[in-house]
Amino acid sequence: MNQKDLQAIYMLWLRQMKRFLRAKSRVLSTIVQPLFFLFILGFGFNIAVFPGMQGSYINFLAPGIIAMAILFSSMFTGVSVLWDKQSGFLQEVLVAPVSRLSIVIGRTIGGATIALFQGFIIMIIALIMGVPIVDLQGLLLTVLIMVLLSFTAVGFGLIIASKMRDFEGFQSIMSLILMPLLFLSSAFFPVNDSLPRWLQILSYCDPLFYMIDGIRGSLTGVNNVLHPLIDLGIILALCIIIMGLGTYFFNKSEA
Amino acid sequence: MNIIETENLTKKFDDFIAVDHITFSVEKGEIFGFLGPNGAGKTTTIKMLTTLLYPSEGSASIAGFNILNQRASVREHIGVVFQEPALDTELTGKENLDFHSRMYGLSQDTRKKRITQVLTLVDLLDKKDVLVKNYSGGMKRRLEIARGLMHSPTVLFLDEPTLGLDAQTRRAIWEYIKQLNKDEGTTIFLTTHYMDEADFLCDRIGIIDHGKILVMDTVDILKKSVGHDVIMLSCSDNEALQKRLEKEPWVSNITPHASFLTLGVERGEEKIPTIFDIARTINVSISSVDVRKPTLDDVFLYYTGRSMREQNPEAPRNRTKKSRGFHLRRRKS
Repeated sequence: MNQKDLQAIYMLWLRQMKRFLRAKSRVLSTIVQPLFFLFILGFGFNIAVFPGMQGSYINFLAPGIIAMAILFSSMFTGVSVLWDKQSGFLQEVLVAPVSRLSIVIGRTIGGATIALFQGFIIMIIALIMGVPIVDLQGLLLTVLIMVLLSFTAVGFGLIIASKMRDFEGFQSIMSLILMPLLFLSSAFFPVNDSLPRWLQILSYCDPLFYMIDGIRGSLTGVNNVLHPLIDLGIILALCIIIMGLGTYFFNKSEA
Repeated sequence: MNIIETENLTKKFDDFIAVDHITFSVEKGEIFGFLGPNGAGKTTTIKMLTTLLYPSEGSASIAGFNILNQRASVREHIGVVFQEPALDTELTGKENLDFHSRMYGLSQDTRKKRITQVLTLVDLLDKKDVLVKNYSGGMKRRLEIARGLMHSPTVLFLDEPTLGLDAQTRRAIWEYIKQLNKDEGTTIFLTTHYMDEADFLCDRIGIIDHGKILVMDTVDILKKSVGHDVIMLSCSDNEALQKRLEKEPWVSNITPHASFLTLGVERGEEKIPTIFDIARTINVSISSVDVRKPTLDDVFLYYTGRSMREQNPEAPRNRTKKSRGFHLRRRKS
């Protein structure tokens, strides 16, 4: 990685920041949408009793919504390579004398910055709403998991983008892949023995489950299934695999 | 030294062969042009040479680096102006240029100097802080050209560089390309379907059609290959006259068209009376006649059997990829 590549990474990051800040409606909608979930679901289900759940429902829900905000935003960044493909701008990036890896890194860091910005806003609002933090160490671990989640989701978006030619498939991917991932992830209800066995197994197959379980364990310290550090290990492995695949597919794709 | 060298370069898209085993080379410091209609394979060739597409067969090298396995080194040595817009429309003109110059590792001083320089050239200096999405089509095109000229690559690829520009800007850009070629020794590979552009800029031309190079030489030699003069005739019976004239040894490249004939001859003005005499003997009356120097269109016609002008004449002249109208100005020479 030489000076030129570092400058390319910076430039790609800067470009995304500028684009993000100029798209006012995107800034607004990506923050407001998770807040709807947090407030409406949070207060709506607050009176419901889930077997084995400790504390209030909002405390349970908040980690899931933080993860959801990051997931959607990062996925969007990965898939937005398609926009660049269609507008032709990708060609400009691909013929530049910089390594493909730095292009992927630049985009990932750019996407992660935006996603984390959104994740933090949700987290701060959740904390204001009374979601407790277990300790500073837990908070740092939460941030680390949020970063890894974001990288993984950008990588996942890159893989999808390299397999699609246009946006017609985007809607179906959202509903066919993203929604089940989200519903099975324990974001909205606890995954434990009170659920049917098949549903539990599906949940354990969902990568997002470990991300949300990890955030829940490290941030609030309750209702988590695995120890946060075990979650972290799984997430780290997953992140490396997906990012590797994302880079590989991006390398292979033709403009 | 050859800056571009290709060997049997081929690209297939499913069953369609876009570029069909082309072999050519471009010398250092040369301005080389691919002249051909839409869909001839010009853009696909550029995309392979600039590492955006993988060839299906064959290979090529740029500045001594192989496009198959030394792709990073190839990119170090090239600059590209794409045919389709490749700008970030959410950024301003200046930001687009800034992005480019940083991606190409220009120093801060060079960056500032070059940005002002190229923006002045394409007359966009006062629009530099406007978002590109608010630019007109012509302005976008000019910005793109400006960007391609910013860094000084060993070889610059220009895919239809002046498409959709007004005459004045075209002229300015041609001059700049010439100057760049002269002052910095930049080798230039361009594609065009404008005869006047190819004629004005190129040292050598390859005529490409259906993915194949039909002929490749300097503009002068290509024109002479058609004949020193071209005579255009329309008469009462084209076919009969053609058959009769074919027997004359001084007639070369006689070609029938919808309503007229063209033939290549030497000293055309002296041959007209002879042709009239011949026509009279076979009872054909000539209704109009025209003598001119051969143009690249005649060259194209000679090698492909059809005029570039005849291709989808009513297609709209917007910049959508495949549906561009084929037009050129009649050259005076």
